[in-house]
Amino acid sequence: MLALIPLLPFAGFLVNATLGRRLPKSVSGGLASLVMLASFVISVISVVQIAGRPVEARAIQEVLYTWIASGDLKIDVTFRVDTLSAVMILVVTGIGSLIHIYSTAYMHDESDSEFARYFSYLNLFASFMLVLVLGANFPVMFVGWEGVGLCSYLLIGFWFKKKSANDAGKKAFVVNRIGDYAFLLGMFALFARFGTLDFQEIASAVATLPAEMTFGVLSITTLLLFIGATGKSAQIPLYTWLPDAMEGPTPVSALIHAATMVTAGVYMIGRNAVLFEHAPQTMMIVAVIGAATALMAGTIGLVQNDIKRVLAYSTVSQLGYMFLAMGVGAFGAGIFHLYTHAFFKALLFLGSGAVIHALHGEQDIRNMGGLKKELPITFWTFVIGAVAIAGIPPLAGFFSKDEILFETFAEGHQILWVVGAITALLTATYMFRLVFLTFWGERRHDAPAVADAHGHVGPVLSDRPDAHGHHGHLHDAPPAMALALIVLAIGSVAAGWIGIPGNNVLAEWLHPAFEAPRAAAAVAGEPVAAAEPAAVTGEAAGESHEALEFTLMAVSTAIAVAGIWFAYFVWVKRRSIAEKAAREFAPVHRLLLNKYYVDEIYDAAIVQPIRVASQDGLWRGFDVKIIDGAVNGAATIVNSSATLLRRLQTGSVKTYAGSVFVGAVAILAYYLWL
Amino acid sequence: MIPLSHYLILSATLFAIGAAGVFLRKNLITILLSVEIMLNAVNLTFVAFGRFAGDLDGQIITFFVMTVAAAEAAVGLALVIALFRHRESLNPDAFTSLKW
Repeated sequence: MLALIPLLPFAGFLVNATLGRRLPKSVSGGLASLVMLASFVISVISVVQIAGRPVEARAIQEVLYTWIASGDLKIDVTFRVDTLSAVMILVVTGIGSLIHIYSTAYMHDESDSEFARYFSYLNLFASFMLVLVLGANFPVMFVGWEGVGLCSYLLIGFWFKKKSANDAGKKAFVVNRIGDYAFLLGMFALFARFGTLDFQEIASAVATLPAEMTFGVLSITTLLLFIGATGKSAQIPLYTWLPDAMEGPTPVSALIHAATMVTAGVYMIGRNAVLFEHAPQTMMIVAVIGAATALMAGTIGLVQNDIKRVLAYSTVSQLGYMFLAMGVGAFGAGIFHLYTHAFFKALLFLGSGAVIHALHGEQDIRNMGGLKKELPITFWTFVIGAVAIAGIPPLAGFFSKDEILFETFAEGHQILWVVGAITALLTATYMFRLVFLTFWGERRHDAPAVADAHGHVGPVLSDRPDAHGHHGHLHDAPPAMALALIVLAIGSVAAGWIGIPGNNVLAEWLHPAFEAPRAAAAVAGEPVAAAEPAAVTGEAAGESHEALEFTLMAVSTAIAVAGIWFAYFVWVKRRSIAEKAAREFAPVHRLLLNKYYVDEIYDAAIVQPIRVASQDGLWRGFDVKIIDGAVNGAATIVNSSATLLRRLQTGSVKTYAGSVFVGAVAILAYYLWL
Repeated sequence: MIPLSHYLILSATLFAIGAAGVFLRKNLITILLSVEIMLNAVNLTFVAFGRFAGDLDGQIITFFVMTVAAAEAAVGLALVIALFRHRESLNPDAFTSLKW
C-alpha cells in the first residue's frame, strides 16, 4: 500500500501529461488535487497504523522488487514509513494537496494545455518527493532527489517564454547538480566503507564504531552528503539558485521552494542521524554553515523589495536554522522546525501569491501598501504566518525555533546561539517590514489593471479572464485560494502544539528514527548513547535545563517582539528613518541589496573562467583547432596526395601499357639480378 | 647444332621489336600486330626450351598460346572496329576517356 502514496500522483501526472491538453481545467486540476488528497489519506492511514504499534516496532517496510543485483551490490526498491518519514509524507501530501487546490484558482488564467502541463509537473514533483522520503536506501532516495530537481527545473521555468524564468530554471538545475555530484560521491564512499546503501544497515554498522574525532572516512563521507544537502536545501555555498527560483509560479515556490523539496537536505541528514553523529567534525561544519546561512540570508531579506524574494531569503534563513539544529545534534528540533516551517512558509508564499494575483503580477512591495482592508482574508492569514515565523507564542514557529535555539545553547554552542538569536530578530523585522509595507499605509500602486479575479464562483467554474470588466477595487482570494490559506493559517497556529517543551510529543515520536536499529545498538553497548542528544525527549533534562529553557524562551519571545516593534516603528511610524538609514549606510545598503555580490563573485570566480576556458580553450582551441584540425588535416593530406597521384591516370592506353611493361621489367630485373 | 642462346637472342629481339611497336606506333592495328610478334617471340622461346629439354611441354604450351592469340586477335580486331566506328580514328592517343 505504501507504493500507492507516490504512485497515485504519478498516475495523475501520466493522465495530465498525455490527455491534459484535451481536458477542461476542472478535470485536469481536479484530478491532480484528488490524487494528492487520496495520497494524503493513504499516508494518514499508514501513519495511524504505525502509531498503533509499540515504540520499537513503529515502521512499515515494503520491498517492491529488486532493482539492481550485481555482485555485492544489491538494491531493492524499498519503501519505508517510520516515524521520521511519517512526518514527511504527511507534510508533503497534506500541504501538497492544499497547494494543488490553491493552484486551481491561481493558474486559472492559463490555457487548458498549459494548465494541464502545470498540474502534470506538480503531480510528478509530488510523486518524486514521496519517493525521496519513502525510499529506504540511498539509491531510491536519490531517484526522488534527482526527480524533484528535474521538476523544480520544469516548474521554475514554467513560463519558459520569459528569459529570466528560463535562466532561473537552468541555474537551479546546474547548482543542484554540483550538490548532487557530491551526494553521489558520498554514496559511493558509503558503499565502499559499509558495503550497503540501506539506511538501516548503515546505521547499524555505524553504531558499532566509535565517533570519529579526526577528519577521516566518515567525516569526508558525511561532508560529501552535506554538500549534496546544501545544493538541495539552499545553504552556503550553493544557495544562490533559490531566490532566483521565484521566477516560477507562486504556488510552486510555496510547494517546492518552501515546504518540501528544499527540506530534502534536512531530511536526509535526519535520516542518517546515526551516521552524522559519528562524524562530529562534519556536524560542526553543518551547524556553522547553517547559522551563517541563517544570518546572511536574514540580512539580505531585510532590504529586498520583491515580495517573493524576501520570502525566498527567509526560507534560506529558516533552512539555516534547521541545519543549525541538525549540526548541534538536535535532529528532533530540526525536523520539528521543518514541519512547522512547511505550514507558515507555505502560507506566506500562498498569501503573497494572493497579493500578486490581486495586483495582477505586481511583486514590488514598494508599489503595494494599504491592502489591509481590500484583501482581508489574505491579510489576516498572512499576518498569522508572519507572527508564526517571527516566533511569538503560542504559534507554530515559536516552539520549533525556540527548541532549536535552546538545544544549541544547551549543547554548549553559545556563539551559534547568539547568531541564531540575531537571526530571530532579523526574521521578525524583515517579515513585519513585509507585512507593514504590503498591507499598512497608503496604496502606492495606482493602476490595479483589469480585475480578473472577479467572478470566480468556484476555483474552476470561471470564464476566461477577458470576460470581466474593470472594477477599480481589488478582489480577495477566490474560494480555492482562501481555503488553502485558512487551513494553513490554522496549521500555522496549531502545528507547534505537538512540540511544547515539557510535553514534546513530536520529539518522542521522532526519537526512534534517530537511533540505530535496536538489535545493533544492543550489540554495540553504549557508544550510541554518548553521542545522543540527551535533552531531545525532555525526560533527561533536569531542573536546571527546564529553567534555562524557559529563560531562553522568554529571551527569544522578547527578541521577536522587539523585532516586530522595530519594524512597526521604522516602516509604519517613521518611514523616513528607513530611507535615512539607507542613505546614511549607503554602502551597507547596496551590499545587502545586491545580496553581498555573491552571484557576481560566483560569476567572476567560477562561471566566467569556465566559460572562457570552455569557449576559447576547449571550443575554439581544442575542439576547433585540434579535433577538427586532425579530421580536416587527414582529409587535406588525402586530397593533396590524391591531386598528385591522379596525374598518373592519363587515360592513355599506351601510357598504361608502358607502365605495366616497366613494372614487369622491374620485377624481372629484381629476380634476375638481385 | 645451333645453341640455345641463339634462339633466345632471336626471341628477345623479336620481343623487343614487338614491344617497341606497341609503344611507339600510332595505329591500333599495327599495335595488335606488334602484340602478335611479342607472342610469337615467346612461342619461339617455349619451343626452343622444349627442344633442348627434350620433352613436348614447350610445344604444347605454344599451341595454347596460338589458340589464345587467335582469340585475342579476333576480340582485338572487333574492338578496333568498334572504336573506329565510334571515333573515326585508330590513334590510341585519341582514346583518353579512361581518365578520371
